Amino acid sequence: MIRSPGKPNQTAVAEVALTRTAPTQHELIRPDSPLNDLVDLDHAATTSLRPEVAAAMEPFGSSRYGNPSGSHRLARDAVRAVDEARERIAGVVGCRPSEVIFTSGGTESDNHAITGGLPARTSLPICSAVEHHAVLDVVRALGGSIVGVDRDGRIDHEDLEAVLNSVTTSGLEVGVVSVMLANNEVGSINDLSAVAACIAQSSRSEAGRSEAGRSEASRANPAGTGRIPLHTDAVQAAAWLDLRIAAAAADMISLSAHKLGGPKGIGALVVRESTQIRPMILGGGQERDRRSGTLNVAGIVGFAAALDAVDEQRDLTNHRVAELREQLMRGLVESVDGLTETVDRSETLPGSCHVCIDGVDSESLLLLLEAEGVLASAGSSCASGAREASHVLTALGVAEESAQGAVRFWLGWDSTQGDVDVALRAVPAAVKRVREFGR
Amino acid sequence: MRVLAALSGGVDSSVAAALLGEDGHEVVAVTMKLWGGESDTGCCSVSEVEDARRAAAQLNLDHHVFNFGEEFEEHVVGPYVADHAAGRTPNPCVECNRHLKFDVLLRRAELLGYDAVATGHHARVVTLLDGSRRIARGADSAKDQSYVLYTLTAHELDRVLLPIGALTKDQVRERAAALQLRTAAKPDSQDVCFITRAAGREAFLEQRIELHPGRIQDENGTTVGTVSAVEVVTLGQRRGLHLAGGAAPRYVVDVDLPTATVTVGGPEELLCDELELENLVWAAEECEGVMNLQCSAHGAALPATVSLQFGEQDQATVRVQWHEPHRRIATAQSVVMYAQRETTTGTEQVVVGGGLVR
Repeated sequence: MIRSPGKPNQTAVAEVALTRTAPTQHELIRPDSPLNDLVDLDHAATTSLRPEVAAAMEPFGSSRYGNPSGSHRLARDAVRAVDEARERIAGVVGCRPSEVIFTSGGTESDNHAITGGLPARTSLPICSAVEHHAVLDVVRALGGSIVGVDRDGRIDHEDLEAVLNSVTTSGLEVGVVSVMLANNEVGSINDLSAVAACIAQSSRSEAGRSEAGRSEASRANPAGTGRIPLHTDAVQAAAWLDLRIAAAAADMISLSAHKLGGPKGIGALVVRESTQIRPMILGGGQERDRRSGTLNVAGIVGFAAALDAVDEQRDLTNHRVAELREQLMRGLVESVDGLTETVDRSETLPGSCHVCIDGVDSESLLLLLEAEGVLASAGSSCASGAREASHVLTALGVAEESAQGAVRFWLGWDSTQGDVDVALRAVPAAVKRVREFGR
Repeated sequence: MRVLAALSGGVDSSVAAALLGEDGHEVVAVTMKLWGGESDTGCCSVSEVEDARRAAAQLNLDHHVFNFGEEFEEHVVGPYVADHAAGRTPNPCVECNRHLKFDVLLRRAELLGYDAVATGHHARVVTLLDGSRRIARGADSAKDQSYVLYTLTAHELDRVLLPIGALTKDQVRERAAALQLRTAAKPDSQDVCFITRAAGREAFLEQRIELHPGRIQDENGTTVGTVSAVEVVTLGQRRGLHLAGGAAPRYVVDVDLPTATVTVGGPEELLCDELELENLVWAAEECEGVMNLQCSAHGAALPATVSLQFGEQDQATVRVQWHEPHRRIATAQSVVMYAQRETTTGTEQVVVGGGLVR
C-alpha cells in the first residue's frame, strides 16, 4: 500500500511557507519562536519524526514498559514488540531477523563493525576517505588504511585494489573494508556489488599467491577462507535506497533510526550469519551475546515503524523529493553567480543538494539564511565547531577556497514546494549581502 | 537597539547581556570559538562555551557560536609567536580586542543587521560635547579595562556597548547572584587564554618556534646565570632568572637576541626619560600635549608630554617625554594615553589614543 507522503499538516505547512511575506530584513530568531515556522533544509543532520512513528511508540512510553529480558507477562509483551520490529526491519533490509543487532545508533554500529568487538581486531581495517568520522577515526585508531575517492565521492576501485594488495603483500591481514553506501555530506552513492567484486578479486589473487608462497597472511587468517568482510555505513542511504538491493553485497550494515524519521538513540548493526563478530559492549548478553544492555523497546518499535514508512512510500517520496531537489539546484545555479554543484547530482541521494559558493564564508551565509528562517549546514553536523574544510570535500579535491563556501542543503521526506520557494528567494539575497560585506 | 552580546562564559559578560535585556534592547548572545588547542582559563574552552550557552538560556537569549579560529590564529596567535621570535613582548588581549571582538565580530554583527556589539569589559563609552565617543575608565578602578580597549576607532565606538562599566565587580556579582546566573561565582579569567598555566609560555612557543638558551651577564659582562630561552625574557623582568640570592634585586635591562645575551642591572638602569610609540590609534587631533600614560593593564597612568612626528614615509609615531624618569617598557607593549575631557556627563579622564612601544 502506498500512503500519501508527508505529514498530515503538509498542506498547511506549504501554505504558510508560500504566503510568507518577502523575507523581512534579518529577523531575529528568538529561542522561544515557533520552530515550525522554519524551513528545514538540513534533513541530513536529522529528519522529522514520522507521524506513524510517534503513534507506534506511544504505548511504550506508558503502559507497555516491560523489559524484554524478563519472562513474565510485561516482559513477554516487550519481547513480542521487539521481535515484530526486528522482523519488519529485517524485511526491509533484506536480511534474517537474527542478523539484526540493535545498537544506540550509527556511531556505535560503525565502531562495532570496524573494531570487530572486544578485543579489537589486530587485522587492518580499510575504508574510503569520505567515511563518517564514526568509521574513519576508528580505522585510523587501529592503524588501518584509507582509500581515495573519485571527483564525485565514490570509492576509487583501482586505489582500493592497490591498498588491499599493499596490505597483504606486507604480510598483514585485512580485517574489514568499510565503504559507505551514500555519503552524508554530498550524497554520492557507491556501487557495493562492484566494491565486493573488487575485494573478492583481490582476495582470490592473494589466495593464489599464498598457496604458492605460504605467506604470513594466509597463516594469520584463522578463518582460512581469505574472505574479507565488507561493511557499509548505510545511515544516510537508508532513508532513500532499497537496502535489499543496494546493500545486498555488504556483510555488515550500519543503520540509524533518526535519519529516516525515527527516534534518536536507536540503530542497528546488521551482521550476516557468514560474518563473525565479537561483542563490543559486554554485560547481560542481550542481542544473542553480540551486544549487551537492556533493549530500547520504544526506540526499536519507532525504528521499525520509520523504516516501514520509508519502504512503503519510497517510490513516491523519492520521485517527489528528487523533483524538488532538481528545482532547488537549478534555481540556485541560475540565480547565484559563482555557485557550483559539488558533485554530479545524477548519482546522489534524492534529497542531497551540496553546493560551493565562491567568495562566501559559509558560516556567515548560514547565519543570514537562519535569520530568514532557512536552515542548512556547512558540512556534516558533527563537524560544527571547526571551520576547516570538511575531510569529504578535501578528499573530493575541492579547493580549500571553494570549500570555505560549502553549503549542504538536504531535503527530507516531508520537504515541500514552499521550502524550495523560500530557499530560492533567501539564498541569492543572502549571498549578495555576504559578498557586499566582503566575505 | 538590536544588540549582539558577546558572552565569554564569565560573570561580567553574562550580566552585561542581562542588563541590555532589562534596558529593552533586543539581544542575541554569541560566543566566539577562537582557540581549539589547550586552555585552562580561556574564553573558548568547551566548558566556557557551555557556561555561556547555559547563561544565555537562563536569560532566555538565543545563543550562537561563531568560529573565528582562523582569524584568531592570523591576528593574535601568529603575531604573538612572531613577536617573541623577534624579541618583542606583545599583548595578545589588546590584539584580540582590536582584531576579533571589535573588528571581525563587529563586521559579522553588521552583516547580520545588528546595531551594536556589547561586551563585559569594565570600561565605559562616554560622549564628548562634540558628539564623538571615547572610552573612559570603568567604575571599579581595580578592574578597569579601558587600557585594552584603546584600539577602538570612531566607527567602532559608535557600535559598542559596555553595559557593566558603571558597576563595580562586587555589584556585577550581586546582579549575577540575584539573577541566579550560573556564572555568578566564577573566578576571574587571567593570563593569556591560549596558554595553559601548567605548561606555560615557553612550552607553548617551543612548539612553534626554535627557542635559544641564553647567557645572563651583569653590567660588567660577567656571566651570572643562564636562561633556557632568551625569547621569553622581557625587559624589566625580575623573577624567574634564578640568580644567586643575597644581592640587591636585579632586573633585565637588555635582551640581545643575536648573541642570546640577557643583561641584568639595578632598578635605576631601567629608568628612561623618553619613549617612542608606533602603530598608533588616536582620536582626532588629540595626540599632542600633556597626558597621562599607562603602560600596563592595571598600572598607574603617569604624566608625560607627547608629540606627533612623521617618519620617512609619513609614518606617524609619538614621542613621549616623561615628566619624571620612568621604567623602560618592553618593545611591542601597549602604552595608552589618557587626557581630561568634557563629556556630556562631566569632566573625565578618557582614552585619546595609544600605540605600541617601538
